[in-house]
Amino acid sequence: MTLESVLTSAPAWALAHAPVLLVAVPMLIAPLVAILPNGRAAWLISVLTAGVSFYLAIVTLALVQSSPTGILSYEIGRWPPPIGIEFRTDALNAMILLLVTGIGFLASVFSWPTITSELSNRNKLGMFYAAFLLCMSGLLGVASTGDAFNLFVFLEISSLATYVMVAMGARRDRRALPAAFNYLIMGTLGASFYIVGIGFLYAATGTLNMADIADRLPALTDNRSVQVGFAFIIVGLGLKAAMWPLHQWLPNAYSYSPSFVTVFLSATATKVALYALVRFLFTVFRPEYSFELASFSWVLAPLGIAAMVICSFQAVFQTDVRRVLAYSSVAQVGYMLLGVSLATAPGVAAGLLHLFNHALMKGALFMAIAGIVMTHQGTTIRDFAGLGRTAPWTMTAFAIAGLSLIGVPLTAGFMSKLQLGYALFAEGWWWAVLLVVFSSFLAVFYVGRILQAAFFQPPLNPRKTHKEAPLLILVPLWILALANLYFGIAADFPLGLARDGAVAALGVEAFR
Amino acid sequence: MNPETLIAAVLILPLLIAAGIAAMGKFPNIREGVTIVGSIALFAVVIQLAALVSSGARPELFVGQAAPGLAIAFKLEPLGALFAVVASGLWIVNSFYSIGYMRGNRERNQTRFYICFAIAICGAMGVASAGNLFTLFIFYEVLTLSTYPLVAHKGDAAAQRGARIYLLTLLGTSIGFFLTAIMWTWFVAGQRLDFVDGGLLANVQISPVVASALLLLFVFGIGKAALMPFHFWLPNAMVAPTPVSALLHAVAVVKAGVFTVLKVSMYIFGADLLNATPSREFLMDVACITIVVASLIALTKDNLKARLAYSTVAQLAYVTLGAMLADKAGFMGGSLQIAAHAAAKITLFMCAGAIYVATGLTNISDMRGLGRKMPLIFIAFFMASLSIIGVPPFAGDWPKYELMQGAVDRGADWVPFILIASSVLNIAYLLPIPILALMPPPPEAPVKEFKRPGGAPALTVAAPLFTAFLCLILFLLVDPMGDFLAPALDAATTTVQEAALP
Repeated sequence: MTLESVLTSAPAWALAHAPVLLVAVPMLIAPLVAILPNGRAAWLISVLTAGVSFYLAIVTLALVQSSPTGILSYEIGRWPPPIGIEFRTDALNAMILLLVTGIGFLASVFSWPTITSELSNRNKLGMFYAAFLLCMSGLLGVASTGDAFNLFVFLEISSLATYVMVAMGARRDRRALPAAFNYLIMGTLGASFYIVGIGFLYAATGTLNMADIADRLPALTDNRSVQVGFAFIIVGLGLKAAMWPLHQWLPNAYSYSPSFVTVFLSATATKVALYALVRFLFTVFRPEYSFELASFSWVLAPLGIAAMVICSFQAVFQTDVRRVLAYSSVAQVGYMLLGVSLATAPGVAAGLLHLFNHALMKGALFMAIAGIVMTHQGTTIRDFAGLGRTAPWTMTAFAIAGLSLIGVPLTAGFMSKLQLGYALFAEGWWWAVLLVVFSSFLAVFYVGRILQAAFFQPPLNPRKTHKEAPLLILVPLWILALANLYFGIAADFPLGLARDGAVAALGVEAFR
Repeated sequence: MNPETLIAAVLILPLLIAAGIAAMGKFPNIREGVTIVGSIALFAVVIQLAALVSSGARPELFVGQAAPGLAIAFKLEPLGALFAVVASGLWIVNSFYSIGYMRGNRERNQTRFYICFAIAICGAMGVASAGNLFTLFIFYEVLTLSTYPLVAHKGDAAAQRGARIYLLTLLGTSIGFFLTAIMWTWFVAGQRLDFVDGGLLANVQISPVVASALLLLFVFGIGKAALMPFHFWLPNAMVAPTPVSALLHAVAVVKAGVFTVLKVSMYIFGADLLNATPSREFLMDVACITIVVASLIALTKDNLKARLAYSTVAQLAYVTLGAMLADKAGFMGGSLQIAAHAAAKITLFMCAGAIYVATGLTNISDMRGLGRKMPLIFIAFFMASLSIIGVPPFAGDWPKYELMQGAVDRGADWVPFILIASSVLNIAYLLPIPILALMPPPPEAPVKEFKRPGGAPALTVAAPLFTAFLCLILFLLVDPMGDFLAPALDAATTTVQEAALP
């Protein structure tokens, strides 16, 4: 199905209001879901809502690609932009919206069996799904809005919902409670830094609309309050994006929250924060300010490399599979930051491509773990012994996504690392390529340990024979796993999205 | 059949064979029948392709492209055809041998063994026929991954350890260096990775420093070529059952490595650029050091397979040396060595396996006088040893001759002395084995009875004898082989300007 056919078949209301409806629908459905007495109905409605959002995201992408300027501007309440709130969608956000809704849809389909087995009180299911919809709505809002203060509001909506969902892992592991509290402190700090930064910018420019700020900033490059605002915003968003060394909240939050929450968060939350970071670095502040005046490459690149190397090392020494993958997530954020730090079109495209591919890999990996948690309990590497024999379908999908995480050719992970390598070579940063390769080599170790246990060790409990995850987990899991293979063989679609996104961030002339 | 179908058949046949083996796992006789019939069919297809290649055609197959320059594409040229013929032809012999060995030894998991073997052959065929570096890399890794279960076949602690070293070294070098080199080439050559006559990089502006770094990354990254210091996986892989050591670690896997080195030298760099690359001479030195040091280590090994493994390391360095000589005789010597060493080394390994099946002996010092009880095996061993040493009329003579000539042409006068020293060392570590075995045993330690009542199974004796005679035949076939390879060597040594003309 091509994007043109989406446009011709879409109803008029979708064409006119898709950018705002895809945020508004989950937000408006959330209270309804919260008061539903029946958990199954709450699940079905959530799946439906996420599906509608996904469809609207596709329509939005088609609209953006067919629009002559490449920018969709939606005035909320018909208030014109500098004063009213504007939803501004270009190729960069359209890609993020597609990713968040797509993963959200798959994750919500898969959620039912794991949530029912992991949540203590089935009466809370409605509340849980309400929190999920709010979280998704908030993330989508962050990705769509063109208003800096509005972004803060959506950021808080998604964060508060996330804290709730993380804490709901307390039945399986009581450590979910301190993890959620820790996340709450760190997340609130991040959001506060962000809002303080916005305050400084507002003081200097007198506007909150991002495009408007961008127009007024070039005259204010020497302004102290703009510089301070820049620093506050970057630190605040960096915290949310788990930029090393502001990632301390992440491993615990991923390890102890309910499996479904881990799947959704790992594939979307840090990605959206990273998007906001890119948006501020390139669109609001412009590369000339961020990278030339503030020479920000020399802050971002070392942080990205440190994440890549140090967190990969930490991942090698973890015993819990979920923690291995959590540290690996921080390392992968490092790859994306490294690409973005180049501030060239191939670099930003490589970062965005890796952002897209990483969502596919980690989504699949954590889904497989969710299946394992359901059927076999434990999540340490020892518990994974022999799973290749007892749960072959789950573990094969896990292996495919794991190979993609390493960056084996013919998987999506290889394509993004290749693009990153290309961008680095083009800047003459061959030493960074060596570090990327070294970090991939560490990934061979930490993924290899898990695969070795699963496929080459006898099962711990030989009487537990064949025990596969339920179909509701397997189907979304395999969709993601096959996507990892498909986008490794025919990478045109994500590569095109990433290039368009980079052009949207850097300007049309960026790709020669 | 048209050339495209033939190439597709070469890649798909081994997988079909693997599937057939899996389906027939419960019926050992039919399962082995599938292997034998399949390997013969594969060889027939490869021969047809080789005939096409020798008539000047270059069979091609384009499957698809993942991104600009990253295509899955195949293109068979003489060197690849030679490697494919060697690997698929020896697979038939080795399959017969495997049946005798695996049954004689009562090994477990035989179905898995034959499946992995067939997939490994698919990997070797893919490496041989790859049309660009990306495709070659994929099949290179298929070969690595499919042979891991074969090395770990026994499943005990030693096998697991050996297999882990095997996998980590090969994956580590290939991802760490080889892949980096491929990415770098892709960037330098403007998003292209094809094998081009005269060298892909020859027409590109490239500084000597970058070319040096690339060459180092390539040659050390191709860990299967077992150049020191990345040779240690090969002795560790000897925990595998002997048919695996024979076909994979004397023919398919290691030859895929040196074949890749040759291919990169000829079709990515080209002789001219290689000559202008400073690190070439350093790599020549490394190859010479590998030849001498590995032979010296082989002298110290009492375990027969370990000695043969170090001998392989030394012999593989011949090919790297030939590639780094970067002239026609050097490339020719390297290519001939692929065929000649394959026939000789597979013989030696099959003999070692036959001895093990019959007696359970693995140490050379226990084999004194054994030749009286199994004369055919030790005669085959003797002939193959002579071929490795390079005595006429055995095939191993020609590569040494060509390499010496190439080295003298280049003014590297010391290389012939290295090769002569290597021959002397070969004599010292190989010949005592059959000679002592054929001598009467010392009175204080008479030869023990066979562990297996009937001695070595007939198949495990016939196979090495056949390949030993192959060493003789290959000696006579050097002219046709030279003619067959000539177009590829000419193309690689053509100067850049000519190649660049439209």
